Amino acid sequence: MKQPKPYMNPYLAGFILGLVLLATIYITGRGLGASGAVKSVVVEGVKDIAPNHYANTAFYQEYRADHGDQPLRSWLVFEVLGVLIGAFLSGVLSDRISLRLEKGPRTSNTTRIVAAIAGGALFGFGSQLGRGCTSGSALSGMAVMSFGGILTMLAIFGSAYMLAYFFRKLWLK
Amino acid sequence: MGPLVPDIIGSEFNLVIALLVGIGFGFALEQAGFSSTKKLVGLFYGYDFTVLKVFFTAGVTAMTGVLLFSHLGWLDLGLIYINPTFLWSALVGGGIMGAGFIIGGFCPGTSVCAAAVGKVDGMMFILGSILGIFAFTEGYPAFEQLYMAENWGALTAYDFLGISKELFGFYVAAVAIMAFFFTTLIENRINGRTTTFPKPVVRRNVIAGGLVFVLLALVAFTPSDKELIQKRIAEERRQQKCVFKEMPADKLAYELIHNYWEINLIDVRDTASYSAYHLPLAINIPLDSMMNREWKSYFTQTHKKNIFYADTDTTAKKACLLAKHLGKSDNYILRESTSEFRAMFFDLSVPEGHVTKQEQNIYRFRHEAAMQLTNLVKSLQHLNKPVKKEVRKIQGGCS
Repeated sequence: MKQPKPYMNPYLAGFILGLVLLATIYITGRGLGASGAVKSVVVEGVKDIAPNHYANTAFYQEYRADHGDQPLRSWLVFEVLGVLIGAFLSGVLSDRISLRLEKGPRTSNTTRIVAAIAGGALFGFGSQLGRGCTSGSALSGMAVMSFGGILTMLAIFGSAYMLAYFFRKLWLK
Repeated sequence: MGPLVPDIIGSEFNLVIALLVGIGFGFALEQAGFSSTKKLVGLFYGYDFTVLKVFFTAGVTAMTGVLLFSHLGWLDLGLIYINPTFLWSALVGGGIMGAGFIIGGFCPGTSVCAAAVGKVDGMMFILGSILGIFAFTEGYPAFEQLYMAENWGALTAYDFLGISKELFGFYVAAVAIMAFFFTTLIENRINGRTTTFPKPVVRRNVIAGGLVFVLLALVAFTPSDKELIQKRIAEERRQQKCVFKEMPADKLAYELIHNYWEINLIDVRDTASYSAYHLPLAINIPLDSMMNREWKSYFTQTHKKNIFYADTDTTAKKACLLAKHLGKSDNYILRESTSEFRAMFFDLSVPEGHVTKQEQNIYRFRHEAAMQLTNLVKSLQHLNKPVKKEVRKIQGGCS
């Protein structure tokens, strides 16, 4: 296999990302996001698998009133599909496509998978309370100088720093 | 003027934009190395600060751009989505997300990137986030109180701090640049590298950082397009060069009765005074909202005359001047004030005593005009209403 190409200079990558975000705000008036798309998938799933429950639960009906009848027909779902495509293209160009599990040096595969699922669950849950994740709340919030967005950003990184010591075995030698 | 959605780009095509924007987003994230969980958590153990560098560079770039675009009049900050502040849910939610970050090694956006290049842990993280969100949607009644508590609305950080947005931009950029410098030092120390300052790198960084401050200074110290208009108006008033086309009340009444479709009669008083009483067929554009974009079409058209009136001559003149600088329309002011017009036509008393022929004619004209105008208002009540332009709030965030 070819050796993967090195990553881009972080400032250049950040600048490109900033321009993408700026273009998004200029064109659509809103920022980027990610967790909202997962939420759409969840709502669509509930709607298809348990239509009665969907019809009888206030939360889903409120969501429906705000977002329409087709949860997957949302801006963020399309945007995240784009993210998949864009990241894949980037991976192809830099020879980084391979099916593998990345983990800390002292972590077993099972631990890594359990931790990934648990971390995802926490992040997913937290993103709902925080009205957006690192992309939708922290990054886009910072671009439009939203107090809530910047507060969420500080909370995310602050909490991760505080907890880093306790989970060091997952990542460090 | 941005945002282009929904007035210039429709909501269907917006989904195509979403896909394109997403491609750029995913590409930039993956190129930065965000598909690798080791690179991401490096931030929290000090061996790799890429996340901070990318994140802050992106944030400062976009923020500077937003400030610049708004300054140039390209982007209406009143319309873009400002993430609302709900104090407790932001803090608690952020805290939980931080735990998810350090345990799972990703955030939702980066996990999608990781999954796209074949990382199994990224896919597992997505699965987890589905479960987590499902737990929230199912258990929502239990979290609703926390979720809705302390709603501070779409508060911006500069309003919270009570400073100008340009100054806030300065602070953020300064903090970011200092963070870049010190994290590089920390990173090198932890990885056992010595910190060097090669000349080309220093020069490049100084130019890039300097550019941000130059742009912010431009935004802060040059007048915006609205201020420019106000300045030109003030200058014109100072030199007393303003020429106003005046329209006498009788002429207006005649024009309204015979050619109402060629006239925009514009009441520039506040909404309360307008609702209390306004001239027949008048629409209301309060003076201080004249620059809002919903009224732009009135001042950039050449089919109809704009006739401004208010309670005082000065207000009407201000509005007329402003209109002149906002567009290319044909603008007049009504010579009489609101109450004078009302007295002349609607509180008319029959002339008594020695009445000249002319006075009688005037009386007859005004009396009839009042009746005709009243009829006109009645018959046009559904026709002549200005199209109510809804300024649609943009949905955003991750909800």
